[in-house]
Amino acid sequence: MIAYFVRRLLYAIPILLGVNVLTFALFFLVNTPDDMARMQLGNRRVTQEAIEQWKADRGYNRPVFWHAAQAGSAKLTDTLFFDSTRRLFTFDFGKSDAGRDISEDLRQRMWPSLVIALPSLLIGLGCALSAALVLAWLAGSRLDFWGGVICVGMMSVSGLFYIIGGQWLLAKLWRIAPISGYGDGLEIARFVLLPVLVSVLAGLGGMVRWYRALLLEELGKDYVRTARAKGLPDGLVMWAHVLRNALIPVLTGVVVLLPSLFMGALITEAFFAIPGLGSYTIEALQAQDFAAVRVMVFLGSLLYIVGLLLTDLSYVLVDPRVRLE
Amino acid sequence: MTPVFLLTDLALWGVLTLAAAYAWSARRALHLRAPWQRVRQQPVAMAAAVILLLHVGVALLDSIHFLPAEAAGKDATREPLSLLDLAVRPLREGTETSYSAPFALVAFDRESRLQPDGSMRREFPRLVHGGAHLQDDSARGVDILKRGALGAAGGVLLGLLLTQLLWPGWWRARADDRAATAAAVTLLAVGALVGALGVLALRYHVFGTDKVGTDVLYQSLKSIRTGLLIGTLTTLITLPFALALGIAAGYWRGLVDDIVQYLYTTLASIPGVLLVAASALLLDAAMTRHAEAFTSIVVRSDLRLLALCAILGLTSWTGLCRLLRAEALKLRESEFVRAAEALGVRGVTILWRHLLPNVMHIVIIATVLDFSGLVLAEAALTYIDIGVDPGMESWGNMINAARLELARQPAVWWSLAAALVWMFGLVLAANLFADAVRAAFDPRARDALATSTTPEPNARD
Repeated sequence: MIAYFVRRLLYAIPILLGVNVLTFALFFLVNTPDDMARMQLGNRRVTQEAIEQWKADRGYNRPVFWHAAQAGSAKLTDTLFFDSTRRLFTFDFGKSDAGRDISEDLRQRMWPSLVIALPSLLIGLGCALSAALVLAWLAGSRLDFWGGVICVGMMSVSGLFYIIGGQWLLAKLWRIAPISGYGDGLEIARFVLLPVLVSVLAGLGGMVRWYRALLLEELGKDYVRTARAKGLPDGLVMWAHVLRNALIPVLTGVVVLLPSLFMGALITEAFFAIPGLGSYTIEALQAQDFAAVRVMVFLGSLLYIVGLLLTDLSYVLVDPRVRLE
Repeated sequence: MTPVFLLTDLALWGVLTLAAAYAWSARRALHLRAPWQRVRQQPVAMAAAVILLLHVGVALLDSIHFLPAEAAGKDATREPLSLLDLAVRPLREGTETSYSAPFALVAFDRESRLQPDGSMRREFPRLVHGGAHLQDDSARGVDILKRGALGAAGGVLLGLLLTQLLWPGWWRARADDRAATAAAVTLLAVGALVGALGVLALRYHVFGTDKVGTDVLYQSLKSIRTGLLIGTLTTLITLPFALALGIAAGYWRGLVDDIVQYLYTTLASIPGVLLVAASALLLDAAMTRHAEAFTSIVVRSDLRLLALCAILGLTSWTGLCRLLRAEALKLRESEFVRAAEALGVRGVTILWRHLLPNVMHIVIIATVLDFSGLVLAEAALTYIDIGVDPGMESWGNMINAARLELARQPAVWWSLAAALVWMFGLVLAANLFADAVRAAFDPRARDALATSTTPEPNARD
């Protein structure tokens, strides 16, 4: 099994390289370093010297992928791509194009993202699972039917409705929570309430339906029939047999998300002005801060790959039938 | 009147042609016809289909553009119009100066007005078009009721006529065909709604007006085309990639499989919104740099919409590709593929003749399932400025423009409500239809449905 994980980790390297190539290609396809310099320095009255200086400071005066003037292997190594990729792989993020220390920014802005994302995930999971349990237990009943209708209804509502409606109801009408923003200390709870509530509600309909389907699939299996035939009460069958088995796909679906929680939810954070990594990414994109975007894309992919690895690991831990070779 | 062919027009008609071609082949082959007949028997699905078809109709009307003759003289107003613009001309031309509430007679904001005696007073100016026919303002309620009832009755009659045309004798067969009854009832209900709205919209701003005085009902109608285009075109763009790469990887395995898997793992490992946002912002930069290349607002926003579909499509084919690869891996071991190989059929032919038809059900399920998500995604992306062009009518833009006005006292809620409710209606219909399609096409879902509708699973045999 260890060999399996080592192989998977090694496989991550070409993927991350590919991600980086893609980021570079996307950026330099439409942007020249001169454009980026003008954007950062302010468009008006920028002298060519200032642009050259800006580019030299950040290494953008070198070719992107291929340095034809150099000799031998330096053709490949003395380029922007090679240099920045080498530093990314050693987690040396350096400074953003705006001149701020990226690692420091990451450390600071990671926590707000986590404070929003983790409760959203846990509360959403808890609500969805309990609702799905009730619906699956009463499958075919009137409650199940109307539960399904409500789920489809909730799935059909635009996420913007939850956001705008939540802001209007909680912040403007009831004045329980501020419309947006973020605070310090215990204040955080008030600021976090609304984004968490909105994220939970927005995902609930789809999650309940998905979990209900998983539970029903388990309910139809032979071991459930056997348990019932032996005379076990319905509740015990549900708790001890069905739920435990249905939890395997639920758990692995959650594990893949865990590392990415650090990255924050791009859209939620943008709406509620949470100073997390999601809004950091959006800001960097809007300012065309290539150094910061590069780091965020790299980290996002890395965490996703780690998530996939953890998924495999959790399969082995919870499901004895799974063997990784 | 010179016809104008916008790229998205061609794309939408192209989608329609493909759908028609599929329908033509599905009619003739039993194995394709059977699942659709199962969909046809679902009352909810048929009701949803009626609503979807009406939206498609509006979008197609809105996709035949021409340059109006009357504007030919002055170049500034030479924006192409569509057949829909022509059909709802009173809505398009009946603009006010700024906000006004639904069914309002006066504007939302006060204006300073010179009184006959020479003094200035701040008062609500009378609307130019909304309720202009009323002699007595207090008669508004009765007038709305009368016109609404008249319109609804007319709409129901029209609906009845249409039902009779499409399906003569439907009222006799209604007991044994609940699906058709559901479709007919939906058609009548929508007919009543459309009739009432249509008659009222001639005299009032039924959904109010926005900041520059445009009728919100008109905007909502124009948004239909944008939503449908994003919902269908995006999936259409993903299909060639997902199909070709997925089937090829599953069938040939080896090096091809390695490359395809590498491609989609790489693409999927970048957070989706981030990739879309990066591409959209870069597109923005490119378009501002080549601003002179776009002759009119319509052409620019049209290209932007097409590019958005392409971006969404190119970043989202990985999920379907993975599914298709897994299915192809299973199918390549089946006997008919083995037989074809033994007979010396070439690989490409096997892909085309034997694998492709057998994964089409997955493609159809994915297409209808993705639709509603994409319509909703448009609004969210536009809201954070990486969606459609701000000059284009779309539900996202309506919500975006209205969000800041919610803070006013009293709130300007109507654009927001119109966009959200309309989106909800369309997406709900799409979701219900997609459920029925999945139940009919997916063998696993069919079994799950069978067990869930049977009250006691262990009492079956």
